[in-house]
Amino acid sequence: MFSESLAWLIIALPVAAFLLNGTVVRAFIGTDTRVAGWVTISAVAGSFILSLFALASVASKGAAVHDPHNWLTVQGFDLTFGILLDQLTSIMFVVVSGVSLVVQFYSQQYMHGDKSYTRYYSYMALFTASMLGLVSARNVVQLFVFWELVGVSSYLLIGFWMERPSAAAAAKKAFLMTRFGDFGFLLGILYLYFVNPSYLDIPTLYEAVGAGAIAAGVATWISLGLFMGAIGKSAQFPLHSWLPDAMEGPTSVSALIHSATMVTAGVFLVARFFPLFHASNMMDLVVLIGGVTAVFAASMGLVANDIKRVLAYSTISQLGYMVMALGLGAYAPALFHLFTHAFFKAGLFLGSGSVHHASGTFNMKYMGGLRKNMPWTYWTMVIGSLSLAGIFPFSGFWSKDELLASAFERGSTIGWVALILGLTAALMTAFYMFRAIFLTFHGEYKGGAEAEAEDAKKNNLPMPVGLGHTHRQESPWVMVAPLVVLASLAIVIGFLVNPLFDLGPIKKHSFATFVTERNVNVFTGGHGEEAVDDGHAETSHLPDAVEAGAAPEFSLPTAVISTVLAVGGILLAYSMYITGSVSPAAMGRRLPTVHKLLFRKYYFDELYEDRLVIRVFYARVVRFFAWFDVSWIDNVNVQLSKLTANVGRGLANVQSGQTQTYAAIMAIGVVAALLALLVWGN
Amino acid sequence: MTLEHVLLVSGIIFAIGLYGVLSRRNTISLLMSLELMFNAVVIAAVAFSRFTPPAGLADGGIVTANEVRAALTGHVLAVFIIAVAAAESALALALIFALYRTKETVEITDVAEMRR
Repeated sequence: MFSESLAWLIIALPVAAFLLNGTVVRAFIGTDTRVAGWVTISAVAGSFILSLFALASVASKGAAVHDPHNWLTVQGFDLTFGILLDQLTSIMFVVVSGVSLVVQFYSQQYMHGDKSYTRYYSYMALFTASMLGLVSARNVVQLFVFWELVGVSSYLLIGFWMERPSAAAAAKKAFLMTRFGDFGFLLGILYLYFVNPSYLDIPTLYEAVGAGAIAAGVATWISLGLFMGAIGKSAQFPLHSWLPDAMEGPTSVSALIHSATMVTAGVFLVARFFPLFHASNMMDLVVLIGGVTAVFAASMGLVANDIKRVLAYSTISQLGYMVMALGLGAYAPALFHLFTHAFFKAGLFLGSGSVHHASGTFNMKYMGGLRKNMPWTYWTMVIGSLSLAGIFPFSGFWSKDELLASAFERGSTIGWVALILGLTAALMTAFYMFRAIFLTFHGEYKGGAEAEAEDAKKNNLPMPVGLGHTHRQESPWVMVAPLVVLASLAIVIGFLVNPLFDLGPIKKHSFATFVTERNVNVFTGGHGEEAVDDGHAETSHLPDAVEAGAAPEFSLPTAVISTVLAVGGILLAYSMYITGSVSPAAMGRRLPTVHKLLFRKYYFDELYEDRLVIRVFYARVVRFFAWFDVSWIDNVNVQLSKLTANVGRGLANVQSGQTQTYAAIMAIGVVAALLALLVWGN
Repeated sequence: MTLEHVLLVSGIIFAIGLYGVLSRRNTISLLMSLELMFNAVVIAAVAFSRFTPPAGLADGGIVTANEVRAALTGHVLAVFIIAVAAAESALALALIFALYRTKETVEITDVAEMRR
């Protein structure tokens, strides 16, 4: 049995690394010492090994719901903290610590020579610890605490190069927009508390939902609040616009927190409260938000020129897929996609970092022809892109296909809407990923950072920030090795983890079976004989939530259609950027409105920053409060002080300085006192 | 001669002194008037002491030490007042000198530096 203290240790190791780097290493060894990297890497490696043990323990012995510890007692209400180590948590443990480990290793080279190397590694350790704490929380409040810690550390990491105004602004934007969603999350928690304080404990909540103790209307409001938090954290429409800007952080940060871990926290939240969502009336809303986000973000990726922004839009789009799947009740496919996506997307981001290392820029207009210079980066990124596009047999194919199949299986209007949105996004994804690949690695080399700087000078544009040096060669092995690891995972993990048929010792749909087992253990307290055998969930012991969460049957039509669309997207990109038979410029001219709309990101930044913040918030709300502050709050003080001053000035006249006047007043006073004593005394 | 006669004299002297304090503008005269008020108080204190016999003596018993002390309180007070008045006069005269040196006046109404 995996003991509770070991589970705590998974979180505590990166915390220790954070403290060690932040205090001892920074103060006594140096602000740019390699020691910091070793400290964080060994701590995260420890967490990763323990996570594997945790996964093995859960796989063999079932979920472990450890007893809560009392943290606070307020007027008879006990706030508890504890570890909930179920299938969902154990998978998230492995994903988070695994991707984090690879990224930390890569960062040694990528961040080499940065003057704040130690600070980087302390923040990364803090981030990893927060995320690990988030996924293992047993209490909603505990989850929220780690949720906010994730927010803080992402703020610190996005704004890591805080001397760049754009990075500082991006960090602020990310923090405020996710906070906006967290506001809803907090309201959801409060409502849950008022329904019944004991429901803050997640296993208790599961039992209550399973027993039907929470009415659908109540569940809807709570889920809506929680979903707001998820929308903010996972950059779903309409709170998506912070994520592309968050690319201002170091690329390794983007790889860790804006592809594989932090942004999946929103998906995780929906998965964690899946029974509650399932009991509510808002599943269709979840589908719509996710589906719209998937298409909407993908369409912006079609025209972006910054390779990291393309990846950022694809992340939003893929998160949209996961959310959509959760809304459809496809619990296992959503988590499977989260799992596969984490690896290939981290690989793609790290690959873009490697490209930046060589060309000094992220702007694809100035790349090209890098295939010959950096074959390792090229091939790993191609594998990642094929996987993302959903091409057989890469991991993305399996998970994306399961998503689409579950939409197909669902039928009805919402299923068809989801299917169409999903297929549209799949087409766009294939196109923009291969547009990025072709622009970056094929064709003529267009000069890299130096050419970009020259162009900016020539056209009197502001100099782009973050330009590096150009040296067209493969990155060092410290950067390439993580790419190779992640690319190999992208090839094999899809069918190794969740095959369509029994693959030796690996059973058919083993991933789906594994994650849906969770509910068996949590609801009945037992495990083993009740576990579903193939993830298809015909068993009636399971609550509705699990029946809906099982893996769908492989559906050949959707697989064929999605593959055809993906190949079509790739061919379109090929004809546009390699053979030139379809001119992208001509297409942009033919559809100027569409191109502009996409290029300006649907004017969402203008809507939020100009319309909402400046014209409504500043001009109306803030101005009202400013007026109220000046003419009421301040004015009361001003008038009160004027009154005091006037009274004082009047009284001051009594003090004339004439001694005899004082004496006369005193004498009169004494006489008056004596007379009073005579008259009223006795 | 009874207590009332002496108190009457004391009261008259006090009133004259008070009148002087309130009406004279010359600081020296003011000081002299103040002395008159002091002396009125001294007379009253001694008179009370003189015309109030010790409690023990009145009922024909033994006079204790405490009763003697109580009977002498007025006299002691008189000695104190005289000493304090002498010290005050010296101080006040010094102040008047200083006043005259700086402002070339001894008129009390010309000195109003302490007003607000």
